[in-house]
Amino acid sequence: MATEPSPTTSAPSPPFDSTELAEIESEAASRIDAAADIEALEEAERLAVGKRSRFALLYQQLRSFDPAVRKGGGQQLQELRRRLDEALERRRAALSAEERASRLLEDRLDLTEVMSSPLQGHLHVVTQVREELEDVFVGMGYEVAEGPEIESDWYNFEALNIPPDHPARSSVDTFFVDSGQAETLLLRTHTSPVQIHLLERGRLPIYAVVPGRVYRRDTPDATHLPVFHQLEGLVVDRGVSFGDLAGTIETFVPAIFGASVRSRLRPGYFPFTEPSAEFEISCAICDGSGCRTCSGTGWIELGGCGMVHPAVFEQTGVDPEEWSGFAFGFGIDRLAIMRHGIADLRLLVENDVRFLEQF
Amino acid sequence: MRAPLSWLKAFTPLAAEARHPDSLQELSESLDSLGLVVAGIEHVGEGLDEVVLSQVLEISPIDGADRIRRVLVDTGDGRTTDVVCGAWNFEVGDVVPFIRAGGELPGGIRIEKRKMRGVTSNGMLCSPAELGLAGDRAGLMIVARPGAGQPPGLDLGLAMSEHLGIGHDAVFDLEVEANRPDCLSMSGIARDLAAHYGLPFEVPEQDVRFSPGSSPAGDLGSVRVETPELCLRLTARVMRGVAVVPSPAYVQRRLTLMGMRPINCVVDASNYVMLELGQPTHPYDIEQLGGRGLVARAAHRGESIVTLDGETRFLGTRPVRGSDELTSLDCLICNANDVPVGIGGVIGGQASEISDRTTSVLLEAALFLPVAVARTSRSVNLRTEASLRFERGVDPEGVERASLRVCQLVAEAAAAAGLPAPELAPGLLDDAPATFARARVIVRPERVNALLGTDIGAEQMAGLLGPIGYLVAPPAEGVATSSGDAGAFEAVVPSWRPDVSREVDVIEDIARMFGYRKIPPTERRSPYVGRLDEVQLLRRRLRRVLAGLGAHEAWTSSIVSPADQARAGLSEDLVRLSNPMVAEESVLRAGLMAGLMAALRHNSGHRRPWLRLFEVGDVFSLVPLLAGNGREELLLPDERERLALVLALEDDDASSAVHAWRVVQDALGIVGVAIEQGDPEESSRGALAGLHLARSARICMPSPEAGGADGGAGNGSPAGDGSPGGGASAESILVGTVGEVDLDVVAAFGLPHRRIGWLELNVNRLASAPRRPVVVAPVSRYPSSDVDLAFVVDESVPSYRVEETLRQAATALCESIELFDVYRGTGVPDGRRSLAFRLRFCALDHTLNDAEVASLRRRCIDAVEGALPATLRG
Ligand SMILES: [Zn+2]
Repeated sequence: MATEPSPTTSAPSPPFDSTELAEIESEAASRIDAAADIEALEEAERLAVGKRSRFALLYQQLRSFDPAVRKGGGQQLQELRRRLDEALERRRAALSAEERASRLLEDRLDLTEVMSSPLQGHLHVVTQVREELEDVFVGMGYEVAEGPEIESDWYNFEALNIPPDHPARSSVDTFFVDSGQAETLLLRTHTSPVQIHLLERGRLPIYAVVPGRVYRRDTPDATHLPVFHQLEGLVVDRGVSFGDLAGTIETFVPAIFGASVRSRLRPGYFPFTEPSAEFEISCAICDGSGCRTCSGTGWIELGGCGMVHPAVFEQTGVDPEEWSGFAFGFGIDRLAIMRHGIADLRLLVENDVRFLEQF
Repeated sequence: MRAPLSWLKAFTPLAAEARHPDSLQELSESLDSLGLVVAGIEHVGEGLDEVVLSQVLEISPIDGADRIRRVLVDTGDGRTTDVVCGAWNFEVGDVVPFIRAGGELPGGIRIEKRKMRGVTSNGMLCSPAELGLAGDRAGLMIVARPGAGQPPGLDLGLAMSEHLGIGHDAVFDLEVEANRPDCLSMSGIARDLAAHYGLPFEVPEQDVRFSPGSSPAGDLGSVRVETPELCLRLTARVMRGVAVVPSPAYVQRRLTLMGMRPINCVVDASNYVMLELGQPTHPYDIEQLGGRGLVARAAHRGESIVTLDGETRFLGTRPVRGSDELTSLDCLICNANDVPVGIGGVIGGQASEISDRTTSVLLEAALFLPVAVARTSRSVNLRTEASLRFERGVDPEGVERASLRVCQLVAEAAAAAGLPAPELAPGLLDDAPATFARARVIVRPERVNALLGTDIGAEQMAGLLGPIGYLVAPPAEGVATSSGDAGAFEAVVPSWRPDVSREVDVIEDIARMFGYRKIPPTERRSPYVGRLDEVQLLRRRLRRVLAGLGAHEAWTSSIVSPADQARAGLSEDLVRLSNPMVAEESVLRAGLMAGLMAALRHNSGHRRPWLRLFEVGDVFSLVPLLAGNGREELLLPDERERLALVLALEDDDASSAVHAWRVVQDALGIVGVAIEQGDPEESSRGALAGLHLARSARICMPSPEAGGADGGAGNGSPAGDGSPGGGASAESILVGTVGEVDLDVVAAFGLPHRRIGWLELNVNRLASAPRRPVVVAPVSRYPSSDVDLAFVVDESVPSYRVEETLRQAATALCESIELFDVYRGTGVPDGRRSLAFRLRFCALDHTLNDAEVASLRRRCIDAVEGALPATLRG
């Protein structure tokens, strides 16, 4: 009790002994922090703020206090309660995190101990190169044309300005199909017969590429297969020039081989083109300075090309004075082996899965 | 074609030097740009600087040695030196090549100082072969033989390279295209180079004296062409008093560089001129010829001759095609008594070969028809330097000059050996049934520039053509040119260019001499939008879907063995090759199974048996397909594109194949194509060849009326698949097969697998199969109800029939039908099984009530029980 009359303006001092309050708080806090699981925490909560707790007793005392001091006492208890609740909440969150962590740990999977199951299959490297080539030419506005693998002598040779007894026939060894008639049906030796089919179709102008399988009677070795693939190009339009051919090759070579690869032409010979040319690309391995791949020349021979021979137009009823055109062709398999450093063409047909799955 | 730089320089003063790699590189680029591709450059003669002339002073035996002797030589540097030598063809006084120990021979052999039987050898005396000159290896090269004790007559100590006039040399290995026979000769190559560099060009001529001939050629022999279809011109010259001696060193050297063996001055001269001018000739020993004359005629069937190489060759044995009997015959050269003495344009006979004893020579120079020589050479299976040149075409105006040049070289050899010149009988024996006229071509400069994309003036064109032999003049009066071709000129084609006959050929020559690489590249744009067609797109999607199933793409050969095809059940209607490379691989594949089985076997052999593989490619069968192009009516074998997938993972079987098909079908949006499984007993092999008949089925789609919608190439026969009765049913079209490879086939290929799943599709037909509609069906927002129905169904009824019946009964309210359980065993009678389906019902506009669902359920049960031998399972 105050010995001196207190002035009405001064607030009465708080009724609860702060030492006791601190003692209650620290006792509860240590119990809360010690709670090892949710149940223990609930017990700690009950002991701290439950009906029979010291905190509850103090609250009952509050009612007996003088209204003047009751307010201060209330504030003291509320403050204590808030701090106890905070401690409880902190502990509850910590326990919940621990519990979730241990639940996850129980569910742990070692992702590196997973056993393999079959993966995506791989397209043949020749298919991949062929599709890439098709896409380049489709992008240039070309159609992709195809033709049969069994051809007649007329389509494979005669219409292409290679009459019987032409020296070009003996230089290519042809498989003939046993049709009862000597040497009239054969396995096409190049994709060029499709040029004739396209010209016969009569829809001009023509902007087409022809990928496909061709056959030559070559003994298989590292650089020859009797069955292989070519891509042929044919453009027929009004006013097509040799310069257009050179320009077209300059367009598709970097698109296929990379921006830094250049191309060039030199005279060649094909009965169905005149002028004829061989086209070379700069060696991507040494960038033109000369290496083993390009036999030190800096250039790699890629394929043949030239202006469509007027005799070919005449054979198919197209007027060579009105229309002109160019054709080009190269080996898809050769391109694949060049690109991927495949040492032996025969690997392409061996179908060894250890080879196939590398592409 | 080999081309030594030194020889090319005999025609035109090229700047390149064998010692300077940069100059060779430059020349090589020029050859390339002319279309003469340099496949390689060989450096020769580098060792000859260290080989010097020496004179033999003494030859003495070595104690205890009977194969080697001690030789004392004067090496010209004021010294004499001892050499141990194993050759026996020389005598005291001879001038011979000597190389001192420490020196290196051509070819990189280093000569060491050696001691043999107590005698020190300080070097080596050399044979021609050791110097890279000629074939002789046994004896020394005798440079001169002045006699014992005589002055050598030559500068001892002089390097052989200087003595022979040959130093370092570079030999270009050129690839000559078939249309440039003129470049199968040194003069032809040199002419192109001279034109390219703007240098003078001249074929060297020798001023050689012959002894005056007493009799004209006509008195000594005769020539006659009996078959002008084989030979256009036959000429001969007669030489008498010929000394058959070795050729001058430069001739031997050049022949050796070209890869030919020097033999004697007559044979060498003939070969030399062939290489120099491109015209093959053939010398006969008149005394051995039999009849003193030559006849060119077609060989009779079965005639034979022993040729220079000692082989007996039979002619006229090839089957004759049709009516062109004459032109398909072989060309024979006979003597005046009609006895064969040579095969025209290919090789001479052994009997009249030039020998050491020959004194009189009949020199044949002819123009054989290229096709005749090509056929003859193929017929006797012999290609020679001569046949190669005749096949491509020799210069019709060069015959006389070439044969005279041969005679000159023979005379030169005699002079070099200090012997009297031979006698050349005056006159040329000549029978020419056909005369040659140079082609004349009208060239329109406008056309040239339009085709090349250039802007070359007419003058410049003439300037490019002149140096390679064209005669360019304004067109003669009356020569018609097409409208408005002012400035057109006439180009007379050089006689050695059989490949040039029309304007475009001349345009190529203009382009070549102008330089292909100088023609400016221009842009040419397609007016079209490029895109793949239906089949191409489908093929790409198929490949990716199959790869997604873990299958790798294989590529197997289309040329296969009939035995392997038979192993895969395909032995009928195989397309055979008439000229297979190996007898076993003689047919075209009729299916993809054999190739894929072989691929599995290969991988099994490398411990990778468990895998999936697929292939896309054409297969062939003899069921003919009429190819009508208006021009010819040919029966082509049937060729169609197939896709096949083998599933050979450890648990794979027919179910994996069905799953794969469903994935394909779904990915491609194909609808209305069904698996139609027949009774194994009734299944003819047909489309199911090689498959397990009880675990495989056809995949079919309904026919869109009277065929015709097959689409694409290679779809010949109608419903079937190449064999009668192959179709599943009259109104459906076979799209493919699915199931399992026949266990016997698996065993026949020696595979370790128990079961291998199989899916095969006809790519073109698949492309024409119906697809999911473009307009989507709406999706309900109301809850759905499931109805599970299990039926006990006779084994003879395929599950899909039940499913189809349910689908029809379930009305549009049915969202999905799924087979979720198949049960055989307790509670289900033998010969039947229980099939459990889950049907999900849903309406677009309301939630279905119990009564509605019950009614649908009843409908479905009644439909199945009514239509099929099936009962609802209790
Ligand atoms: Zn390189």
